[in-house]
Amino acid sequence: MTALLDVKNLQTHFFTRDGVAKAVDGVSFSLDRGQILGLVGESGSGKSVTGFSILGLIDPPGRVAGGQILFDGDDLLAGGEAIMRNLRGKRIAMIFQDPMMTLNPVLRVDTQMVETVRAHDNVSKAEALRRSREALVQVGISSPDERLQSYPHQFSGGMRQRVAIAIALLHKPDLIIADEPTTALDVTIQAQILSEVQNICAQSGTALIWITHDLAVVSGLADRLAVMYAGRIIEEGPTSDVISNPRHPYTRGLIDSVPQGKRHGAMLTQIKGMTPSLLKLPQGCKFAPRCPRADRVCEVEPTLDPAGPDRSVRCHHPHSEANGKATS
Amino acid sequence: MTEIATNTPVRIDSPSKRIAKQFIEDPVAVVGLILFGLVALIAIAAPWLAPQNPYDLAQLNIMDSSLPPGETSFDTEMTYWLGTDQQGRDMLSAIMYGLRISLLVATVSLALAITIGTIVGVFAAFFGGRLDSIIMRIVDLQLSFPAILIALILLALLGRGVDKVIMALVIVQWAYYARTVRSSAMVERSKDYIDAARCLGLPSRRIMFRHLLPNCVPPLIVVATVQIAQAIALEATLSFLGVGVPITEPSLGLLIANGYDYLLSGNYWISVFPGIALVVTIIAINLVGDRLRDVLNPRLQK
Amino acid sequence: MSFDTILQIDGVSKRFSKDLDLAERTARKLGAKIAPATVHAVDTVNLDIRRGEVLGLVGESGCGKSTLGRMVAGLTTPSEGRILYNGQDVSTLKGAAARDAALKIQMIFQDPMSSLNPRLQVREIVGEAPRFHGIVQRNQMASYVEDLLDQVGLDPSMGKRYPHQFSGGQRARIGIARALAVRPHFLVCDESVAALDVSIQAQVLNLFVKLRQDFDLTYLFVSHDLGVVEHISDRIAVMYLGRIVELGESEDLIARPNHPYTQALVSEIPTFETGKKIYHAIEGEIPSPMNPPTGCHFHPRCPHAFDRCRVEVPALKEVAPGRLSACHLNDRAT
Ligand SMILES: Nc1ncnc2c1ncn2[C@@H]1O[C@H](COP(=O)(O)OP(=O)(O)OP(=O)(O)O)[C@@H](O)[C@H]1O
Ligand SMILES: Nc1ncnc2c1ncn2[C@@H]1O[C@H](COP(=O)(O)OP(=O)(O)OP(=O)(O)O)[C@@H](O)[C@H]1O
Ligand code: SF4
Ligand SMILES: [Mg+2]
Ligand SMILES: [Mg+2]
Repeated sequence: MTALLDVKNLQTHFFTRDGVAKAVDGVSFSLDRGQILGLVGESGSGKSVTGFSILGLIDPPGRVAGGQILFDGDDLLAGGEAIMRNLRGKRIAMIFQDPMMTLNPVLRVDTQMVETVRAHDNVSKAEALRRSREALVQVGISSPDERLQSYPHQFSGGMRQRVAIAIALLHKPDLIIADEPTTALDVTIQAQILSEVQNICAQSGTALIWITHDLAVVSGLADRLAVMYAGRIIEEGPTSDVISNPRHPYTRGLIDSVPQGKRHGAMLTQIKGMTPSLLKLPQGCKFAPRCPRADRVCEVEPTLDPAGPDRSVRCHHPHSEANGKATS
Repeated sequence: MTEIATNTPVRIDSPSKRIAKQFIEDPVAVVGLILFGLVALIAIAAPWLAPQNPYDLAQLNIMDSSLPPGETSFDTEMTYWLGTDQQGRDMLSAIMYGLRISLLVATVSLALAITIGTIVGVFAAFFGGRLDSIIMRIVDLQLSFPAILIALILLALLGRGVDKVIMALVIVQWAYYARTVRSSAMVERSKDYIDAARCLGLPSRRIMFRHLLPNCVPPLIVVATVQIAQAIALEATLSFLGVGVPITEPSLGLLIANGYDYLLSGNYWISVFPGIALVVTIIAINLVGDRLRDVLNPRLQK
Repeated sequence: MSFDTILQIDGVSKRFSKDLDLAERTARKLGAKIAPATVHAVDTVNLDIRRGEVLGLVGESGCGKSTLGRMVAGLTTPSEGRILYNGQDVSTLKGAAARDAALKIQMIFQDPMSSLNPRLQVREIVGEAPRFHGIVQRNQMASYVEDLLDQVGLDPSMGKRYPHQFSGGQRARIGIARALAVRPHFLVCDESVAALDVSIQAQVLNLFVKLRQDFDLTYLFVSHDLGVVEHISDRIAVMYLGRIVELGESEDLIARPNHPYTQALVSEIPTFETGKKIYHAIEGEIPSPMNPPTGCHFHPRCPHAFDRCRVEVPALKEVAPGRLSACHLNDRAT
């Protein structure tokens, strides 16, 4: 069986006044039906741009400069805007950090949902309304009939995000790309949304790309993790393996820098330095200036190589496979 | 131990340098800027550039009256490139001096109106509450009447004179600045650096003028470029209507008015050339202003 | 108790009311029953902060954490109650005494960019207040500022740069240096690391820990992130809709949360899972502080709520040594 989504060597560049920002530089991954991929990385690492590229939503000065995006066997980049428009919203849906990117503040929720249904499916209004109602129930909104007749501003932030998710679900898409949909929400609301998303994917076999900067959030949700740094995937593999045994020094640093009960009051292990500017990336390994294991070899850029079962890592000196002891 | 962040971020230009860089990317705006530079230069240097002092009656020769452009003087060697008016005044010189008066009135009134408007606006935004609502009511009330109407009434009361026109223009214009400054100051005031300054025990006056005010300037520049063109036009209108500057110090508007009577008898140049000067000036300023607005508007950035 | 209290929050409330507009005021004068909409942002909070400790304050968005922090920092005046610093009500002090007391409590803000004046150089940002208050002499200014920048882990030669030339983490450090410049004893940190990337967040949290030792500081550390608060705090106060619902020693509170709301929060601390986690959610949304629920504010979402919870406000009572909780269940058990 071929993968639902196969991204090969994706290059998305922004041609700005100050130079070319290679926001995504050679990203490859694939995703099967019903699988959840967590795309993790710090601000500016290119997570959103990757998501937008798949949806064909990159605006000038940005452009997909190379690579392939195969969706169910079709090359999205070769297909042109018409094909993309047909897929977008129907077979691939997106959820944004700010639900108001999806919701129109001056239209009632039912109007918006019915419109979305009928944009791709030629069904009666009543049928469209029935499906909207069903989607709202699916994301755990109580008294959906009342809610359908409200305006977005009458909802709380968490509820708005759930409506946005419901809209994404209307066409039972094969793939949902969720760009930090819970970052602006409280922990308790975040947990609600995570549990609903988890159920939906399990029930309907929808594949999901969950973009976030918070490793902990996806660690309990995703099947696979891809960690991005400076426009590249630097580590990829099954979630539990990556979390319990991070092989890239950056992944390890990320995990260690999250405060975690046990080391209460002590100093956190920190990654020194700061995230580099895309316009001034170092030669060789992009993480080298911050990396505790860097040496001369790292002046040559490492490739994303297989590292253990079903995993890959982009590092000259990865931590060893056994519980993270140094190899070199 | 905390690490000293080793790699420094990319060197970013200072805001003014960035704005200058972006400004010159639009050739039309650059043309506008050059035109405006010329106009300003002519206005400032009129006494040295002009072939004749149009106010010095001794230099005028009634025999040269109403000569068309390009004619030479009756007794001297002088060529009147833009013709003369009915008193034998060289139109080129008159326009240069007229431009001087027009720009003087506009810039002085602009400076005064900005100062008053800014202080009022910052006060209103910083202290808020009742003071704010009273001031903003006055501003709204004033802005709901056409500027020309208010200016006409004021000048009817005050009488003619350069100082009177300036006063009228200030009274007409301060409200624009007050409103602009207040709205950007409201935004800035809600930012944390103002709270931080309060927390550090700095007095209100210092916070207002050292922290709040400088951050409200960019939108002010945009309004000012639009308004200076308005002020020039308004002054011209008032002078044209005969309530503006006195006849002894003719501005562009008054020159146009003077020539108006002769337009039908074919002496077009007395009115048309000052008119062109006025239009060029206003267009140049607007071109610069439009570009500045684009460059300074943070929403269009990035 | 024998602890040395540096700051006492004594029955403090804060209400915000939306002013009526002209039409509503007129209608009201004519007898219409329009009351100004009131938000009870902070509701009778009592809290003692001990000298040298880090007190964490957690709660969901809109529960009044920032408002409480701003009152402590003197940026907002309480509607009711007093805030005593070293036993003195700061708001009753006059002149130089008031100023000195106010300077002792400083605030570190959330957004590293908007909390720095974009038009001032870093050395001016950091040096303005100490020079204005005469804390240092003019000729020692440069070295004073360089010293501070060094303390917070910035290259002292960066003093002549403007805020936009720094990264987020560096800006946060500048904000910290600015506060330290007036030699405070007490820092209110309002979501001070929330806007930072994970790797940078760790750097700044470490800086807070280091500075606490170097400068003998006491912190009120406000955050919605229980993970962060747990890491840095000695004690934690949990806030829900304007009220403190639980207070206790950090490790103990996380290990054995008493209040049902704290229990829910603790179970949702994101942790690294090495298997799929089944998320359980607290039912319902956070109610609006405009019209909070009667009785215990948490009862509409509480799995254990019973009749009494709907009518009677539970008092914050000691349920174990050093642990306060406001829940009726505690009366039931005994
Ligand atoms: N329109 C644009 N013009 C220029 N550069 C851009 C543009 N959009 C994005 N970029 C650059 O692409 C890089 C990656 O951006 P992206 O939004 O994918 O980051 P991200 O990983 O989603 O970060 P965040 O967590 O902050 O959302 C950034 O460095 C950004 O500067
Ligand atoms: N100046 C104000 N005027 C009116 N209402 C206010 C004001 N400041 C805060 N509030 C209200 O008081 C309540 C508490 O706000 P506060 O900012 O203290 O919450 P918070 O706990 O800090 O939330 P967050 O985590 O979102 O920062 C909110 O409902 C808010 O809308
Ligand atoms: S008082 Fe009642 S409603 Fe409130 S937390 Fe306790 S059990 Fe739940
Ligand atoms: Mg993003
Ligand atoms: Mg807050």
